[in-house]
Amino acid sequence: MSALHGESTVGSALVKRGLADMLRGGVIMDVVNPEQAKIAEDAGAVAVMALERVPSDIRRDGGVARMSDPQMIKDIQATVTIPVMAKARIGHFAEAQILQALDVDYIDESEVLTPADEENHIDKWGFTVPFVCGATNLGEALRRIGEGACLIRSKGEAGTGNVVEAVRHLRTINAQMRRLASADAAELFALAKDLQAPLPLVLEVAETGHLPVPLFCAGGISTPADASLVLQLGAEAVFVGSGIFKSEDPVRMANAIVEATTHFADAAVVAKVSTGLGSAMRGAETATLETRLAERGW
Amino acid sequence: MRVGVLALQGDVREHVSMLASLGVAAPLVQQPGQLDGLDGLIMPGGESTAIAHLLETSGLREPLAERLAQGLAVLGTCAGLILLSTTVTDGRSDQWSYAALDVAVRRNGYGRQRASFETELDVVGVGRVPGVFIRAPRVESTGQNVQVLAEHDHGDGPCPVLVRQGAVWGASFHPELTGDSRIHRLFVDSI
Repeated sequence: MSALHGESTVGSALVKRGLADMLRGGVIMDVVNPEQAKIAEDAGAVAVMALERVPSDIRRDGGVARMSDPQMIKDIQATVTIPVMAKARIGHFAEAQILQALDVDYIDESEVLTPADEENHIDKWGFTVPFVCGATNLGEALRRIGEGACLIRSKGEAGTGNVVEAVRHLRTINAQMRRLASADAAELFALAKDLQAPLPLVLEVAETGHLPVPLFCAGGISTPADASLVLQLGAEAVFVGSGIFKSEDPVRMANAIVEATTHFADAAVVAKVSTGLGSAMRGAETATLETRLAERGW
Repeated sequence: MRVGVLALQGDVREHVSMLASLGVAAPLVQQPGQLDGLDGLIMPGGESTAIAHLLETSGLREPLAERLAQGLAVLGTCAGLILLSTTVTDGRSDQWSYAALDVAVRRNGYGRQRASFETELDVVGVGRVPGVFIRAPRVESTGQNVQVLAEHDHGDGPCPVLVRQGAVWGASFHPELTGDSRIHRLFVDSI
């Protein structure tokens, strides 16, 4: 046996997407300081999203929401052994460059922050660190993948504690993929036009029946039952933002959502972990919202 | 033959597909009773801290330890290798592992995600296979009963990346993420 002195390639589509594959079946938790990051890791989170304010606080405080202070991201990286993600504003490639220089494990080009470009998203192909982007429908998901996103999360409506938009977006993406899978070859061109999505990606989804990258769910998940719901609807993992650290007992809630995500199809387990949890975050009816974050991104 | 796939978290589906392509039944293991009647087990890639946590909450930790002590054939990739190792460095202060494979591994020993890489490996008895390393554990030492089946030189000397001690196999990389099923074939043929 000899060790090959072959070439090593970093930043390939396979290794970028591969990290998303490793996170499947897990829970990614928003954390605003090292203490919360530790709680998340203790509870079995597969990754943390480091940010200065959880979405519900961003909603409450208003103002421009930007990338977090690098010091805060470094402190969290020093605290946990699991992957650390961080958010850049839509189109703000300089923030993304900074996050890559900080060695974060995934960059979320996120509608939760105030967009920096109202026409263009970041050209994500030029980065070694992989990107996750939100989507409300299949066309949006495929446009992001066309720009180099290696993981898609349905957007939901962040900071509301209300799962209704997450369900809408997941169901929409899945229904549109089923439509492609059942279309005949001639219809796919018009469907690509309707979706405003790159034709090669439309053809790929029509062939395989699923996205070429993993599909996770975000935005409004705040109970173990919510996690079970979206996983049964086809999400492969969940992002939980305000839902954990805005609940009455974050440690128990974090543990319960992790267990419910693994055993999402076993209602007895979900029932057990849902019992005596204390109150979930208060939440908001989406009809009363002043700002719909999911509408950001194009 | 039945080779279970530990399905608490991680890239379970890819291992199931690999086994299916080899004509091997691959039941998912999420509860202790599901270990019964298995000829082998694959512990997939994922986050080792999350999988370790879920092994405890699901009640699988001790029953799996017993099966390992009885000589169950097992292949761990990435996080699975970490969970099988004797010594884990750069982990959580309370990180535990099964000590079924006499190797010392360093978590994220090749660096964070930006350093994740693809390369080609030369595997004993197989030949060249693609090696996909994602926040991979680095094997820093091996006991005398451990057979090294592949090494990779990351510019600082060769390190074992595929190891075997009797029925227990560990890979730093992810053969399941490629279209090449020869590592899985090697494991299955050994059972």
